[in-house]
Amino acid sequence: MDHLDQLEAQSVFILREAYRKLKPLAMLWSLGKDSNVMVWLARKAFLGRVPFPVMHVDTEKKFPEMYQFRDEYTKKWNLDLLLGYCPPVEEMDPTLPPAARSAARKTAGLANMIETHKLQGVIAGIRRDEQGTRAKERVFSPRGASHKWDIRNQPPEFWDQYATPHEEGMHIRVHPLLAWREIDIWRYIEREGIPLVDLYFAKNGKRYRSLGDKDITNPIESNASTLAEVIAELETTRTSERAGRAMDHESEDAFERLRVAGYL
Amino acid sequence: MSETLTATTVIDPIDRDVALEAATPIVIVGHVDHGKSTLIGRLLYDTDNLEDGKVAQIIESSKKRGLAIEWSFLLDSLQIERDQGVTVDSTRLPFRLGDRQFVIVDAPGHRQFLRNMITGAADADAAVLVVDANEGAQEQTRRHAMLLRLIGIRHIIVLLNKVDLLDFDEQRVAAVRRSVTDLLGQLGLEPALFVPASARDGDNIASRSDRSPWYTGPILTEALAAVPGADSRAGLPLRLPVQDVYRFDDKRYVAGRIERGEIRVGDSLTIGAQGSVARVASIERWQAPQRDFALAGESVAITLEPDVIPDRGDMLFPPSAKPVKAARIRARLFWLRQEPLRVGETFRLRLATAEHQVTVASIDSVVRLDDLTEQAASEVPPEGFAEITLAAAEAIQFDVFAPGTADGRGVLVDRNQRIVGGAPLLGPADVAGEHNAIHPSGGVVDAAERRRVKGHSARVVWLTGLSGAGKSTIARQAEQLLFSQGVDVSVLDGDTLRMGLCSDLGFSEADRHENVRRAAEVARILAETGQVVVVALISPLAADRALARRIIGDSFDEVFVDTSLSVCEGRDSKGLYAAAREGKIANFTGVSAPYEAPEKPELRIAADAGSAEAHARELTEFVLGKTGRG
Repeated sequence: MDHLDQLEAQSVFILREAYRKLKPLAMLWSLGKDSNVMVWLARKAFLGRVPFPVMHVDTEKKFPEMYQFRDEYTKKWNLDLLLGYCPPVEEMDPTLPPAARSAARKTAGLANMIETHKLQGVIAGIRRDEQGTRAKERVFSPRGASHKWDIRNQPPEFWDQYATPHEEGMHIRVHPLLAWREIDIWRYIEREGIPLVDLYFAKNGKRYRSLGDKDITNPIESNASTLAEVIAELETTRTSERAGRAMDHESEDAFERLRVAGYL
Repeated sequence: MSETLTATTVIDPIDRDVALEAATPIVIVGHVDHGKSTLIGRLLYDTDNLEDGKVAQIIESSKKRGLAIEWSFLLDSLQIERDQGVTVDSTRLPFRLGDRQFVIVDAPGHRQFLRNMITGAADADAAVLVVDANEGAQEQTRRHAMLLRLIGIRHIIVLLNKVDLLDFDEQRVAAVRRSVTDLLGQLGLEPALFVPASARDGDNIASRSDRSPWYTGPILTEALAAVPGADSRAGLPLRLPVQDVYRFDDKRYVAGRIERGEIRVGDSLTIGAQGSVARVASIERWQAPQRDFALAGESVAITLEPDVIPDRGDMLFPPSAKPVKAARIRARLFWLRQEPLRVGETFRLRLATAEHQVTVASIDSVVRLDDLTEQAASEVPPEGFAEITLAAAEAIQFDVFAPGTADGRGVLVDRNQRIVGGAPLLGPADVAGEHNAIHPSGGVVDAAERRRVKGHSARVVWLTGLSGAGKSTIARQAEQLLFSQGVDVSVLDGDTLRMGLCSDLGFSEADRHENVRRAAEVARILAETGQVVVVALISPLAADRALARRIIGDSFDEVFVDTSLSVCEGRDSKGLYAAAREGKIANFTGVSAPYEAPEKPELRIAADAGSAEAHARELTEFVLGKTGRG
């Protein structure tokens, strides 16, 4: 088994644990590259099916290409799509910096969906290498009734034994891609032929490395217009993936505050 | 730029094939302030594994705090960590060295964070144990070394840090080395290597120091490059724990990850404890080249012929290479709960995908961390290490713990689903060797004397049957009959127990199990006073009744009050069946929960016909016969 085979096998194991232990369960589908890999891995785990709903928490500020992609692949992949909407930014914590405040809408939208659907498990495509705070995550990360992440009091997780909910109102965030790196994601997309929104590929010297809301996501300088070129670019890059995400840069602790409150 | 940090791997295009190889996880452990975080920061910097701007950020961060370059800031990517100046949780950092990929797992030194450390360390192939050369091994050095042994990490590199404080003096370094060697030797651990170094200044980390000319062994990066890769587990006999069984369209798939060995279409496999044998009909894949085999590490879905239905937790294995089977198991333990562990506590033992109810039957020894000796003790302290014996209601199939495999990696889970301990399984417990088991204080009056005075021997008669079968009525009438004949008799009735002793219990399987256990313990105590105890309890599961028999021992008799479901439901004196059928009562035996009728009861009372009085007389005769009064 090579590295990608190992990552795939571990992710399939995690998804099958989630499906067995957490009901009701849903997968977040942000339409980005990682979440497409995640849907693909679910189909690997369940022999072509996704036996639980996928959720798109819509900020209504995504790129039009993303909405097109969503509608096309919901049909092609036979997905049970749940849509959730986010409250207006005026309702968010005004002490957050502007981009983080905008991103906080998604947290609120997600919280609404979890409550509406009484979810016990939410599968999310975060990776350890994306961001320092995410590096601390568990594969099964319990969230209390307020959806808060208690960083200081995380359960032990070892030998592939994961936390399960034990209280009314709590849920588990399941992170099947935690061990993947950005380059692994791209190589897997290449190997498997997983479709992507074409915003990831360069047009006029710019491409998106990470996709968020269009007002708080910036493209990077790049001429990589094919999968092979993107991979070649990543192999030599020395800047971080989320460099184009405004909220990551506003202050040292803005992102952590978002995450503790339930952001992905 | 953000101050939060992501160390990404930087790869030269020439070496891209290298990155396709699996990364070797290395855990870095050691006492607080012995320099782990500094070491990692320095290592990433010296080996060019940092993103642009990251070093500038560290310098900036250090300046803001009025400090010299603090390499450990690299890891302190959480605000709360920086505030406290300690690393809170384990972190994984991908990192590349020459032609090899690694993941560095940073584990905290503060003892209250043992559970975070185990979270990071459990899957590592090798460990770097950082020891301050000036201070020598400290409490957490011993604790972490013990943990490395318990989780089965065999390749250990000892980094003697801060040797600048010993002026790089060869003799002084040798003395520290001897004491650490002795310490590890006590645990049966033999370090692969000692590297004298200064992480802060970079001596012998990624470049050879000219301050220690006497040291000619590998520097840290060379030592890491020489770490042996994970053993291939494909050559061992197959273990495939069933994770789930799916039915999609008209096909049944058995899903699981191959823990070791390999599986081929056409192989005959034994299925778990039930022991039936089936053939692998196919290995199913989606969007992958079809192959008629799969190897250790793969998550597979197979179909079986005949189409038997295994349960989650069943182990699939070759008939020629069975796991061990035992109801009493010896285990090592690392205890993660903040309260001590005592004998008699009950847990779920998770073993791969299986779960079993177990009771801590004895604490055989506890490790004293001052000198790493094993001591007798009545409890395992918080975050302590011990050897214990676990008792299960039924035999558990398992493989003995073996480093480098997933074998025997037990985990204890409490009632709230919290993982409270890791339990590498050592083997079946030797029943004769229970000299360290609990010694309940026995009565001073012995059983023979009680028998002489009472005129009969003690007995526990355990009535099992459906709700409404007539157990309590028969028990009460027999009580009267026995009492009138001078027998010292009492009745433990299910409903009565549930009003008092067991009022905290519900009707889940676990609670029913606990209900049975308590009834059996009380019956045992009463029987030890010489009484005849009649227990009237539905006790639907054979395993629970087997537990009762084990608790009580030879004076136990199982009596099956055999009344059919239709008769019980027809009587329905308490209206329970009607309520259960309407779904108002969950887990109702016979309706929505199973009743496992005894296969070989000592007495079967056919209670569909005949009067309760006749049945009570039948029971009375039986008891008199058993107690030497017949």
